[in-house]
Amino acid sequence: MEALSNTKPVITLGEKPEGYEGTGFLATSLEKVVGLARKNSIWPLPFATSCCGIEFMATMGAHYDLGRFGSERLSFSPRQADLLMVMGTIAKKMGPILRQVYEQMAEPRWVLSVGACACTGGIFDTYSVLQGIDRIIPVDVYVPGCPPRPEQIIDGVMKIQHLVETEPLRRRDSNEYKVMLNKYGIE
Amino acid sequence: MEVSDQEKLINTLREKYGDEILHIEAPYNFLTIVLRKEKIIEIIKFLYDHPDTRFQYLTSLGGIHYPDLKQIVVAYQLHNLVNNHRLRLKISLPEDNSVTQTLTPVFAGANWMERETYDFYGVIFEGHPNLQRILNVEEMTIFPMRKEYPLEDQTREDKDDSMFGR
Repeated sequence: MEALSNTKPVITLGEKPEGYEGTGFLATSLEKVVGLARKNSIWPLPFATSCCGIEFMATMGAHYDLGRFGSERLSFSPRQADLLMVMGTIAKKMGPILRQVYEQMAEPRWVLSVGACACTGGIFDTYSVLQGIDRIIPVDVYVPGCPPRPEQIIDGVMKIQHLVETEPLRRRDSNEYKVMLNKYGIE
Repeated sequence: MEVSDQEKLINTLREKYGDEILHIEAPYNFLTIVLRKEKIIEIIKFLYDHPDTRFQYLTSLGGIHYPDLKQIVVAYQLHNLVNNHRLRLKISLPEDNSVTQTLTPVFAGANWMERETYDFYGVIFEGHPNLQRILNVEEMTIFPMRKEYPLEDQTREDKDDSMFGR
């Protein structure tokens, strides 16, 4: 008991990046510091169109609490958002709107596709439904499920966090990235 | 609707438009009259104004495709709100030339219903104030509820039909 009460609670806000350490300083690369900061302050834009959106509400609620990952601040304007979370069936008529929202987001931006419908059209193999949002915008992480449980959505966000943390700073300026965007018809 | 009321209505219609009636039936006691297509709007107007019928509410209007008969049927459901009488009228149009008159002068509410019927079945309603697609994307080139078009989205290549039992 005595040992327990003497233990100080350890709160880790973020994993310390690799570097050269001494008393009162840590020398590391700028990329790692930026990655650390970005990873733990992702502002998601929820684009919820159906039942996966309900699971997202549970994910944001106290029980699962996406705030633990630094994402409690939802951005309902695409201009301030880092992560576009598409949750639900995207009808073909909704396609251009989703694309416009993506285009309005500032770089760097990531896309999380939640649920079978957003990923592939799901059970709605029909004339009116877009067969996966990756037909109109690039997607970083896919979360399968119909609908996925909040744990799966959190897992997807953690995968995004990993991408955000390890992304090279100049990736968005690279030619490959421009070619990739051009494939979707985005300048 | 009582059978006596149905007969009364049929007689009222027969008096003036006897030649227009092709067939009368009452599935689930819902009086359904199949008419020639030429005077359909005139007949609906007649049923609207006549003191005995007064079908002054348009419940719905929609299409049905019969690929074997090569026909598109337009069905009108009318409601007399005073006596709570309901009536279904049908006209049939050829598949390759599905053109009929608009009902919008009689019921303003027919506007969107006719747009929907155009959107899904390609029925042209002559005289409609704004006949364009209402639910589907504007670039769509097909009329998806016509049965010659498969229900499934034709743009995907990743589905193996044998895995889906078709």
